[in-house]
Amino acid sequence: MAIAESADTVAPERSAPQKRPLRLFRNLSSKIALIPMIATAVIVFMGGTIWTVVYSFTSSGLLPRLNWVGLDQYERLWGTTKWIISIQNLALYGICSLVLTLVIGFVLAAMLDRKIRFEDAFRTIFLYPFALSFIVTGLVWQWILNPDYGVQGVVRSLGWESFTFNPLNNPDIVMFGLLIAGLWQGTGLIMCIMLAGLRGIDDDIWKASRVDGIPVWKTYTRIIIPMMRPVFVTAIVLIASGIIKLYDLVVAQTSGGPGISSEVPAKYVMQSMFGGQNLGQGFAASTMMLLSVVIILVPWALLEFGGRKRG
Amino acid sequence: MADIGTLNTMKAAEDPVRGQLDGPRGARPKRNLSRRNIMLYGVLIVVAIYYLLPLYVMIVTSLKTMPEIRLGNVFSLPKDITFQPWVKAWAEACTGVNCDGLSRGFWNSVRILIPSVILSISIACVSGYALSKWKFKGSEVFFTLLLVGAFIPYQVMLYPVVIILRDVGTFLTDIWQGTCGFFTSAEGSCRGRVQLFGSLSGLVIVHSIFGMPILVLLFRNYFASIPEELFKAARVDGAGFWQILFRIMLPMSLPILVVAIILQVTGIWNDFLFGVVYTRAEQYPMTVQLNNIVNSVQGTKEYNVNMAATLLTGLVPLAIYFVSGKLFVRGIAAGAVKG
Amino acid sequence: MTDHSVQIKDLDLHFGAVKVLQNLNLDIHDGEFLVLLGSSGCGKSTLLNCIAGLLEPTDGQIFIKGQNVTWKEPSERGIGMVFQSYALYPQMTVEGNLSFGLKNARVPKDEIKRRVDRAAEILQIEPLLKRKPGALSGGQRQRVAIGRALVRDVDVFLFDEPLSNLDAKLRADLRVELKRLHHQLKNTMIYVTHDQVEAMTLANRIAIMKGGLIMQLDTPDVIYNRPVNKYVADFIGSPSMNFIEGTLERGTFRAGEFTMRMQGYDFAAGSAQDGPAIAGIRPEHIVTGELAANMPATMQVKAELVEPMGSDTLIWSRVNDEPFRIRMDGHLPVEEGEILNIGIDPARVSLFDTSTEERL
Repeated sequence: MAIAESADTVAPERSAPQKRPLRLFRNLSSKIALIPMIATAVIVFMGGTIWTVVYSFTSSGLLPRLNWVGLDQYERLWGTTKWIISIQNLALYGICSLVLTLVIGFVLAAMLDRKIRFEDAFRTIFLYPFALSFIVTGLVWQWILNPDYGVQGVVRSLGWESFTFNPLNNPDIVMFGLLIAGLWQGTGLIMCIMLAGLRGIDDDIWKASRVDGIPVWKTYTRIIIPMMRPVFVTAIVLIASGIIKLYDLVVAQTSGGPGISSEVPAKYVMQSMFGGQNLGQGFAASTMMLLSVVIILVPWALLEFGGRKRG
Repeated sequence: MADIGTLNTMKAAEDPVRGQLDGPRGARPKRNLSRRNIMLYGVLIVVAIYYLLPLYVMIVTSLKTMPEIRLGNVFSLPKDITFQPWVKAWAEACTGVNCDGLSRGFWNSVRILIPSVILSISIACVSGYALSKWKFKGSEVFFTLLLVGAFIPYQVMLYPVVIILRDVGTFLTDIWQGTCGFFTSAEGSCRGRVQLFGSLSGLVIVHSIFGMPILVLLFRNYFASIPEELFKAARVDGAGFWQILFRIMLPMSLPILVVAIILQVTGIWNDFLFGVVYTRAEQYPMTVQLNNIVNSVQGTKEYNVNMAATLLTGLVPLAIYFVSGKLFVRGIAAGAVKG
Repeated sequence: MTDHSVQIKDLDLHFGAVKVLQNLNLDIHDGEFLVLLGSSGCGKSTLLNCIAGLLEPTDGQIFIKGQNVTWKEPSERGIGMVFQSYALYPQMTVEGNLSFGLKNARVPKDEIKRRVDRAAEILQIEPLLKRKPGALSGGQRQRVAIGRALVRDVDVFLFDEPLSNLDAKLRADLRVELKRLHHQLKNTMIYVTHDQVEAMTLANRIAIMKGGLIMQLDTPDVIYNRPVNKYVADFIGSPSMNFIEGTLERGTFRAGEFTMRMQGYDFAAGSAQDGPAIAGIRPEHIVTGELAANMPATMQVKAELVEPMGSDTLIWSRVNDEPFRIRMDGHLPVEEGEILNIGIDPARVSLFDTSTEERL
């Protein structure tokens, strides 16, 4: 395919090196080699995105059609309870996940950075869930949170008969059931990034703060964390883009239930597009997802860009 | 001034005074410190248990019989170990469609994985090389576009990709039948169709497309870190684009290749979304099939089989993770921090 | 007791089986500028960190101002420290950097202001107080780092290679300023460096370290002229000392055709035993031209390579097949291949025992 295609172009380049200036050929090889990447960037990423946004203003049902309906799809979208619940769920999950992942990730990293023994072992344990599929994560936690045999059942059998912890069957707290699983899988990565950030801080800073007599906690809050701002920004962008993608975990762990109490936008999109023969709704919903990414991404990009200018 | 002579005698001279100068000596006693350490290690161990719990639960549940599961709790050790759930999960478990277990999904995943990894890494390697050493006007613009694309939710691009795959498939079919018909006159010998949507080859392309931003970034940064002098020396020696790539760059890029392979193998193996969208039921990868087995509403829930199936699916990435160790960390750090 | 500012007694530091510092004793006077000099890995920074309390010794004691501080926190020891990488807190202004430790120690506000202003005045960084370290040049950053030690109002300053991150010219400027600062403040200063020029120019005394041991502790003058062993002799001086292997017989050093009566040489133990010896001759102590003939010992060497450096000229030659360097006045013309008459004053030579490499 792409490789074969590029390989074909080697022949003419080699057979006629003397005819034209080398510079042109150098660019040619490079351009041909980049065709797959350019096609992906332009056709799939840019073209596909524009296409979806355009078709979100049509009444496409089973098949995409270009009959304009203006903002109808969006009005319907925001009038649908399931979508509203999806957004609320995502907001709840997102805020909790963002804050807790950052806090837990940083605290774990800071603990591992205190020159402890078995650091490698601890790091391996904290990170292994990240290697697993969300489907695996969702199914394991579905089983652990099983009301009869899981945590609730075990605690009850120990004597606390009235103990209730059944997040997967309780619409009010089902998102926290997902959160437990999501944190289990995702904190290790953030810990690793934070640890790399902590390791990047000059040892002399720690020495200086000890000579100045600054307590460890204050050194972290007043000196180290402010110094790690770029690391935190990266972590936040990473966590946020993961949150918006939240889909597999929900499918595996709760299938959106009980009822529609754990629906999320990505799942809404998938159902409209491939389950409900309602493409227009799917396009509108996915455009809303895109919009939320833009809202997160643009300030970050500006920050990065501004930072680079300053540096 | 105490020169070296008096310095040596000083020790002896001051020995009588030592009683007066005595006091703290050597390292500080560690009592205070160890209380802090107990806290530190205590917290770390508790957290480590929380992280290990699901793995433990998966293993013990998959080795229990159903009656024992109904009696006991998820955390208890199996009384009599049975491997029946593993056998059943591998060969007999039912999805909604068929009852030949996860093995089908496993082999589907392998069939998706190998070409996807090769194709995506080949493209990314060549692209990263071109972007770092053979820049041309506009190359950075396309690269930026690619990176921006990495942040677009997949849902936005899912349907356009469906259309692209279908149209390219039709287009390739036309070409194939046209050229074939040109060379052979025999009727009906050119019936073959190129199907991309709903086939494994389509999924391979999809994985290559969506894996591209992170991989290209990885390779670009790696090649950019190779000294420019080396590249210039090769140019002076008359090597061209492909020669430099194959003779100089590739032999130096084993570490980054390993990182990329780890990244792609775990990523593609763990994929669910693309598998469910771009393939048909009989070609579902392992994750999709696992979900169908566990979350199928028919029949009684066999938790031991479910957990065996779940473990089986997690086994490949876990094995890679535990074997590759630091490289895995490097891979995700390289991918994450710069992405 | 008051004369002793910092005392180190029997200090040992092991990292596992590696002995970084071995039974180290050091007595630093009040107001002294002591330089710890050595190549990397000799333990000089480790020793400084032990004094600061940033590293715990395995054994031994440290006294500052007569107080046993071995178990004390760095901030309780009455020291200020300046680091090679400056270690300024990047998110705080210069003023914030200077005052952060004091605020933390609950020093009254007006006192903080007084000390910060004084430090800023001494170091001439008043215009920079509101800026952040990122907006400062290397030299300015190092001034702020010194200021952070200054505001602590302590008796002992510790410098950990403070100038090595600066370019050559700035380094020379700041070196002079440090010396001026020492004259002005009269504090005890302990200064770690691998740069012998810094050591020679700044120090009251230099401690030359190697492998966790102090080889020689003395004034720059003695260290330069009377190195206690071959290592010190080789380490100090640029271009480095010439060594000629030979034998010592009844007060005469012989190496091949070269003989030198050690007239006026101050033998360490009165008179030395005969036997194999190494003569160390500094390139700049070699007399050339007409004056050479007047010296007690003379030799003829061939100038193989001539390196003119402006102020003086370095000549590369060979004696007994070993490289031999001569530093001579830059005005005297020398051709490559020319045979030179050189003269040596035995009083300025250093003799070492061949086996122990100790000074004879």
